[in-house]
Order: sequence, then structure tokens, then C-alpha cells
Amino acid sequence: MTASNKAASVVFKGVSKVYGKTVRAVNDVSFTVEPGSLVTLLGPSGCGKTTTLRLVAGLEMATSGKIFIDGEDVSTAPATDRDVSMVFQSYALFPHMTVVENVAYGLTVSGTAKALAHEQAEQALAQIDLKGYGTRLPSELSGGQQQRVAVARALVLEPKVLLFDEPLSNLDAKLRRRVREDIRDLQQDLNLTTIYVTHDQEEALAVSDKIIVMRNAEIAQEGDPEALYERPYDKFVADFIGDANLVKGEIIKVDGDEAVVKIAGLERRMPSLGLKPGEADVAIRPISIHFGPQAAGPEAIAAKISKATYLGSHLEYRITTELGDLFVIDHDVKALVPENTEGSISLRDHGVALVRP
Amino acid sequence: MNRTLAYWLGLGWAGYLLLPWYVADGGFWSMTWLIEGGPLNPEHASAFTRGILFGNPWWLAPMGLALVAPMFALTRPKSDPLYANILIAAGAGGMVWLVAQGFTIGIDGWEFPPLRAIFDATELRQDGMGFGAAFMAMSFLFLFTQGLAARGLINGDVFVVGAIGFVIAVITVFIFFPVFRVLTSALQDRDGLYSISVFLSKIFDDRIWGFDCLYRIHDVDGVATGQFFSGVRCGVAWNSLLLGILTGVTSTLLGLAFALIAVRTRFRAKKLLRVLTVLPIITPPFVIGLAIILIFGRSGVFTAFMSDVFGVPQTRWIYGLTGVWFAQSLAFAPISFLVLVGVVEGVSPSMEEAAQTLRATPLQTFFTVSLPLMRPGLANAFLLGFIESLADFGNPMVLGGNYDVLSTDIFFAVIGARNDPGRAAVLAIVLLAFTLSAFAAQRLWLGKKSYVTVTGKGDSGVPVEIPGRIKALCFGTAIPWAAITVIIYVTILAGGFVELLGRDNTLTFRHYVDAFSITSGKFGLVFSGLAWDSFWTTIWIALTSAPLTAIIGLLTAYLIVRQNFAGKNAFEFGTMLSFAIPGTVIGISYILAFNVPPIELTGTAAILIISFIFRNMPVGVRAGIASMSQIDKSLDEASLTLGANSFTTMRKVILPLLRPAIIAALVFSFVRAMTALSAVIFLVSAKYDLATSFIIGRVENGDFGMSIAYSSVLILVMLVVILIFQLLVGERQLGRRKVGAKVGPQVEGLAG
Repeated sequence: MTASNKAASVVFKGVSKVYGKTVRAVNDVSFTVEPGSLVTLLGPSGCGKTTTLRLVAGLEMATSGKIFIDGEDVSTAPATDRDVSMVFQSYALFPHMTVVENVAYGLTVSGTAKALAHEQAEQALAQIDLKGYGTRLPSELSGGQQQRVAVARALVLEPKVLLFDEPLSNLDAKLRRRVREDIRDLQQDLNLTTIYVTHDQEEALAVSDKIIVMRNAEIAQEGDPEALYERPYDKFVADFIGDANLVKGEIIKVDGDEAVVKIAGLERRMPSLGLKPGEADVAIRPISIHFGPQAAGPEAIAAKISKATYLGSHLEYRITTELGDLFVIDHDVKALVPENTEGSISLRDHGVALVRP
Repeated sequence: MNRTLAYWLGLGWAGYLLLPWYVADGGFWSMTWLIEGGPLNPEHASAFTRGILFGNPWWLAPMGLALVAPMFALTRPKSDPLYANILIAAGAGGMVWLVAQGFTIGIDGWEFPPLRAIFDATELRQDGMGFGAAFMAMSFLFLFTQGLAARGLINGDVFVVGAIGFVIAVITVFIFFPVFRVLTSALQDRDGLYSISVFLSKIFDDRIWGFDCLYRIHDVDGVATGQFFSGVRCGVAWNSLLLGILTGVTSTLLGLAFALIAVRTRFRAKKLLRVLTVLPIITPPFVIGLAIILIFGRSGVFTAFMSDVFGVPQTRWIYGLTGVWFAQSLAFAPISFLVLVGVVEGVSPSMEEAAQTLRATPLQTFFTVSLPLMRPGLANAFLLGFIESLADFGNPMVLGGNYDVLSTDIFFAVIGARNDPGRAAVLAIVLLAFTLSAFAAQRLWLGKKSYVTVTGKGDSGVPVEIPGRIKALCFGTAIPWAAITVIIYVTILAGGFVELLGRDNTLTFRHYVDAFSITSGKFGLVFSGLAWDSFWTTIWIALTSAPLTAIIGLLTAYLIVRQNFAGKNAFEFGTMLSFAIPGTVIGISYILAFNVPPIELTGTAAILIISFIFRNMPVGVRAGIASMSQIDKSLDEASLTLGANSFTTMRKVILPLLRPAIIAALVFSFVRAMTALSAVIFLVSAKYDLATSFIIGRVENGDFGMSIAYSSVLILVMLVVILIFQLLVGERQLGRRKVGAKVGPQVEGLAG
């Protein structure tokens, strides 16, 4: 497994997948995955992200639209004929084959001599630190080891595109962080075009070059992690990527790309998103709210702590204001403000944005 | 060039140019044509040489056109719409022509009287189809499915589309077509003309539906007089129905008693109960009836004892409804036990515990909670018993006396002097209507109802013992039953070693010698016993049909579990249907369908093998579905994304994981082929006689000794086979986890 020059692009043009007559699992989806980049499909369960991944793999056939891999139209090609490998959520290691037979499977079925295939498989195993495990059965490995075997099995074919379907969901919390870093490192080392499905926004933010957020079979927003977090396009994305307090504000005036928004007496300038003056939705990140004992004024809104929770690494507050109940995170764990303390909140400069409804 | 296409096309061309179109005099498998000039011998000519060289029959030659067209598709890419269209048109066209000519021109010329009137052509006649036709039919079928696959059907998977097409084709030919033939011959009058009124008069015949046994009007000195219970027989349909209901009820109750003992008591010898479940599988269906005759018959052991000691007159009371009911209850109770063990285990103890904390007494709990929860299971067991009873042929045959039932009546309508296939067909329709209704009720109505309340969670409580009075009732019924069962099997094993049990109890090995003697003569060892012929025929036919049954059953299961396609439910229903078709109906339908061209099979070994394959197919399908649903679908998908096609995936991933299911399917189709009677009794011939029909013949002649001896040998052989396979399967393990379904007796594949 060395850095390949094979990195290919994946392009979806108006792809839909309809089950039966009416169930639209994927609806008119278009996107481009640049060669060598890692793109995450993120969304709640049932949003169509796994179906989209399976459309890339060729495990599902698009009802309409075109799919291109490396510039080639593969819309009607079955999985067998696509140069794409997939790491399954359950790993899907063949239980009746040894580890090395699993890794060599793709090579042998496509005609590589058995001895050569096993040799390559052993090399792949050595690279994932599983040298000497080849003769074991998958059931004799731990969950993390099985996961690495699944990755090795997919990579040994040097595919143009590598697909991950929620690869971390069967691992415990501590292992997840390590494995996702490993995956990202591997992908960057090999310069491999990768599509990654997850419902965990933190995971998506951690590994991705680009995130595609899906909702109800359609793309809600795509962009790099920072853009998505800082400039969510609508309420759904704002709420899904990181927590957000969704409050009502009023656009007083629009000045080019910028709007002046009044939030319970506080005025802020922020990107207008093309919205017109009038009532509007504003998303405020939990870390962008600061509680202080000072009285309300032009820069602060009257507030009362209704719930304070100590969580070791940070504090969580539920604060009652005229904007409604707000969820606030404070990393200054030494200064827990007791419940029922009255005071006011102010808003930080970042993490406050207009969102479309 | 497309290799798969080239292969099937080549097969078609071989069938067209080289292979004999008609079946040879020596039968389908007779290979004499190979050395007798091949296609150039008018006797063995192919479709091509017949049409071109010999000019007769001319109507076969045009099929070549359907093979020429696909040659143009060979070099085209699959994505070219023309590729798909050529193959679909050629495959469908060729197939339609092949089938149509086969059915319009038969052994006596035109098959349809109107055509006979228009075209007077006595030259037109043909025999049954042979190798050439078989090859071309296969070729057309797979050209067609490859065309459909190229159109994008089922993700364009050639193998899957082909497999679906194949299964549909063979089911159509070997299940639907014969059943259809039954329907048409019921519609025909004696001259072969179709008539609804004749059909109606036949189907509502008094001999089928009469109520004379209850109330009969007859002529007494010129006055019409009514009389209750006149002693005249009722219609045979009522007889069957009554027997089915009685057997269904008693076998369900017996099964329930045993299931409650097995699951809900601290009974020690539970393992022995499991042994009971194997018995009906390895016991030929009529053996119980045979043993009952030896015990309770006019000169049976028990009857003789009662007569000697108490002076009870020796009568034939056991023959008739009582005896058949008795035998069937004993024979089918283990089946309902198997069903009900699962049902009783499925009642969550926490439900019962809840009822008891709500102050219900144990007895109240049993009747208000436990029993109602088992209701769908009980209904299921009843329907199974009902279907089994209606389909049973052996016991009514042996014990029925004057009590006629549908399954035996069908047999007597075609065999012997009466030879009235029309009447047999009508009786078959009535029987089929009964079993299909029960089957439909079971699938559609019960299929959705289940009160199984035990979940995977470990908090469902500890199974409580059933209340004392119920327990007493259970043991009260189960112990006598178990005792009788033991006595019966002892009788079977012992009966072979005495002259004639009950009448002359001197020890003898005569029966075994007569049946299984091996003498050494001039030509070495000779299997001179009377039974050897049928024994070896049975063994090799069972051995041949078992793997074929397993293959088609598992292939069907694969399609049902792993693939999604329009009409899958109908497909599944169709494949399971043969379970509901009683053996006698299959038998009569095969005679009606395969005695004349286009497919002539009667009198061959092939018809026996084919009947076994399609009778036992549901067993393979069930076993396959059960274990395939346990194999994660992502394993297949992983294999596909790694570049394997679906055929390789099936071979390298699914089949190895299915080994237990494969072995189970093999064992059960082997054993069922060994014990089957109802269908094969119509299909055996002098050359290919089977063990069961041989034994029934002996019973008819009153030779109980050899029948019993032979039966014990059969039971022993099957017991050994099952034990060997159990040992093989028992060692199957994958690493630390067990994979694959439990290999247990398949309950629902046992219809006589």
C-alpha cells in the first residue's frame, strides 16, 4: 500500500433512488468528490446517506441521474465491475476464512495467483500491525483488529475510491478517536479518494476535507468543516453540526452581504444570506454566550441560571432569558455559578449567525 | 465476445444440429444414438437434420432462426439496447415455438379436435422430446434471461435473473403443468371434449359428497322411506374431512401434552422425548398401520390375548375409521410436538409471573394466559395434522377397510380394472382444494399472528411448572401414548423374526432370508433376496434426488432471502406450494401429464427422481431460508465490492457458511425419498420399483412378515444415515462463535 496516483474523482449528477413507486431514498443529489479528498456524508438516520454510499459502490442502481468515477460513467455498472472498495459497518469479514484469506479474497477472485495474493495480503497485514495474525479466524480478533483487517482487505485492491460505512460505530468510545485518526492518516498518506458515512458530527468534523450534510434524501449543505460550523445554511444544519440555540431576531437593515440583526435588544452585524429585513432565525453556539453578574443594558440581556451541571471538562448551564431557555457551555470549570443566580448574558463575536428557516 | 452468451448459444446450436430431437426407444438416457449414426440416422435425427435432410417433421427447423439472431448480439456490448432486444425476442420466440409445436402436435397428430377437422394430416405426429429439445429449451430460456438482465433487471445480474428464470421454468413444468393437466382432464368427458356440465356432475357426485350414512331415502315396497344411519357409506370427501379433523385434534392434543411435559415440568428423560421426534421422519408412513394390524387386527397379538383370556370374540373392528385415526394420531403427534415445543417455549414466563402477582391461581393463569398465548401455535399444529392426514396414503391403504378416503380412492380410480383418470382427476381436485385451503389458512392467516413473547433479553423470568391437575392430564395422555409407541416399534422389530406375529409365534429368520439373502454362485455373490432390487433402486434414486433437491431448494432460498424482485412473494408461495399438494395428487398429475408427448417420462427412473425433487423442494427451501437469513447480507456485498460476481459470491461465501443447511437438506430429502409412498406408488414400474411400494404390495398379499422385516431394515438404514450426518454437523464451528442454523428436523416438510 503506497501512495497511488490512481486518486479519482466521484461525481453525482442529479442522482435519485426510488424504492417501489414512491419511497425516495435519494432525491436529485449532485456533488463532486475531488481526487484524493475525504468527503463525509453526514445526517440523521434515514436521510439517505448510506444509500448514497451504496450507489457509489454499485450495490444499488440509481433510478435516474448519472454517476461518474474518474470521469467514467458507471451508472449501470454493478459493484463487481467498479473499482471501488467498501469497509462495512459490521466489517463483513467472512467468518469461514482466515484473516489472510479475507484480505486476499479480492485479489484471488479477480484472478491473482493464490500464492501472490497471500503474499500481498501478508504485506498489507504487516502495515496494519497485524503481522502473524493471518492464520486466525476473524472471530479470534478483537473488534479494533477486525476493523483494521476490514480496511486492509479493502485497500489491498488499491481501489480508485474507498468507502466507509459508519466504520467506528462498533468500537468503544476511546478506540474511536484513535481509529478515526488512523483512517485519516492512511487516507492522506495514500492520497486516496474516500467517502465516509457517519451520523456523528464530531467524527465528521474531525476527519473530513468536505462534509455533505443530508436531510430527507437531499443535500442540506456542503462545505469544509469550519464553514459548516461557523456559517450553517439553515436551522437544520446549525442544529445538527454542533449544538445551537435557535432564537428569533429581527433584521433591521441589509447592507450588501451584511445584515444588522437585533437580538433581544442587542445589535450584531452578520452575513445576510440574502434574507430580507424582518423577523429571522438566529443560531447561537453554546460557547458564544457569556453569563455575567452585571445588570442588563445595551450590551447584555437579563438572565437567570435555571440549571447548572458540572461535567469535569466543562460546565453546562441552562439559562432563562427573554429569548427562551438557552443552553450554554463554559470551560472555566473553577467558577461554577450556582443555580438561581440572576444576571445577564452577552454574545461573543463568533458563533452567532443568521440561518434560513 | 460475451462468454456466458456464447456458452448458452453453443448449447442451443448443439441441441439444434446434433442431438436427437425425440426421445429414443430406449428412453431419454439411452445413448445408443451416439454410435448409431448420430443425427444422420433418421431414427435419432436432430431438429435440423429432420427438417433439412429428411423433410419430416418440417416444423422443427424454423427454431434455428431463433439461434441465428443472437449470433449478432455476441459481439455487441451489453449496454447496447439492441443486444437486450435481440436476446429477449430470440429467447421468447424460440421458446414459444418449441412449446407450441409440442402441445399442438402430439402422438396422434393434432391435439385439438377443431384443428383435426380443418387440417387432415395423418402424417403429423410426434414423440416425446429428447436431448435436442431439452438443450434448446435451456438455451432459449437463458438467452431470454440474459436479455432481461441486459435490460437492467435486478441490477443487471445475469446469474440471478437466470436462476429466477430457471426455478420458475422447472416449477412450471413439474408442478403447475401437471396440476393444470389434472384440472383439464377433470373437465373432459369420455370423448376428450371439454364440458363444464360433465365436470359439475362429476365433482358433485354422490360418491364424493353423499350424506347417505346419516339419512337415506330408499325404496321399501314402492314407498319412499327415510332411514337414519342406514349403514350405507357417506361421500368420500366427508370421510376424508372427518378423518382429517379427528386426526388434527388428537395429534395436536397429544403433541401439546408432550410439549408441556418437555418444557414445563422437571421430567427427567426429556432427551428421550427428542428421540420421539426423529421417529416419524425415519418411519415409512404405513408402518404404524402395519404394526397396529399385528397387534389389534383380527389375529393380532392383543386380540388373540383378549380372546384366549376373556373370551372376547376376534373381530375386524380396527379396520376403518377407528384404525386409521388411531394410526395417524400416533404417526403425526410427533410432528405437532415439534411445532408445539417451540410454541410453549415462546410463552414468556414473565407473563405468567405477572398473572400470578395479580393473584391468579396457577390453574387460572394457565387457562387465561398461557393457553391463549399458544392459540396460534395450536391452530398451526392442527392444520399441519389435518394436511398430513388428508395426504396420508399408507395408513388408509393398510387399515382403511371399507372406509374410503380421497387419497386411496384416487389410487383405485386409476389402478386396476376401473382405470378412470377423469374420476381420479376430480377426486384429486377435491383433495387439493382441502389441502390448499388449509395451507392458505396457515400461511395467510396464521402467518401474521404470533404471540411469541420471549425476546432476546434475559429478563423474562424462570419457566414455571404447569399446575398439578394439568400435569396429571399431560402425563395421563402422554404415558399411554409413549407406551403404545414403544410397543409398536418393538412389534416392528420383533415381527420380522417370527412366522406371523399373533398367529404363529415361532422364531424364524425366513423373512430376512427371503428378502435379503445373498448367495454365492457361479458368478460370485448374487443378491438373490426378493427385496434387493427395490432396495438398491430406492437407495440410488434417493441418493440421486437428494443433492438435486438440495441444490434447487437452496438456490430458491438464496433468491428469496438475498434478492429483491417484483413478484417475489408469489415466487415464494409458488415454491412452497408443492408442500400442500398431497403425494397422491402429484402422482396422478404426473401420470396425466407425462404419459404422453411432449414430455414422456412414465416408467422411467427420471420421473421418480423428479417427483422426489419437487415434493421435497420445500424442505430445502425452508432449511436454506432459515440459515441464510442468519448470514449478514453485508458479507455478500463485501464480496461484490471486492470484485467477485454473484455466482462466485454464492460459491465462496454463502455456500461454505451454509454447510449445516446443505447437510440438513441432503439428509431430509434422502430420508423422505426413502420413505415416500403416496406419489411414487403411481410412478413405479416393474423395472424401477421402490422399497415402500414393494412393501405395500407384500401387505396387499398378506405377507406381513417380510413387510415388517423390510420396514425395520429401512428404519435402521435411515437411523444410521441420520446419526452419521448429525455427527458430521455437530463438529461444525467457526472460531469461538457458532454460525449457522440449528440443524433439526424440518417440521413442515412431511406431508405423506
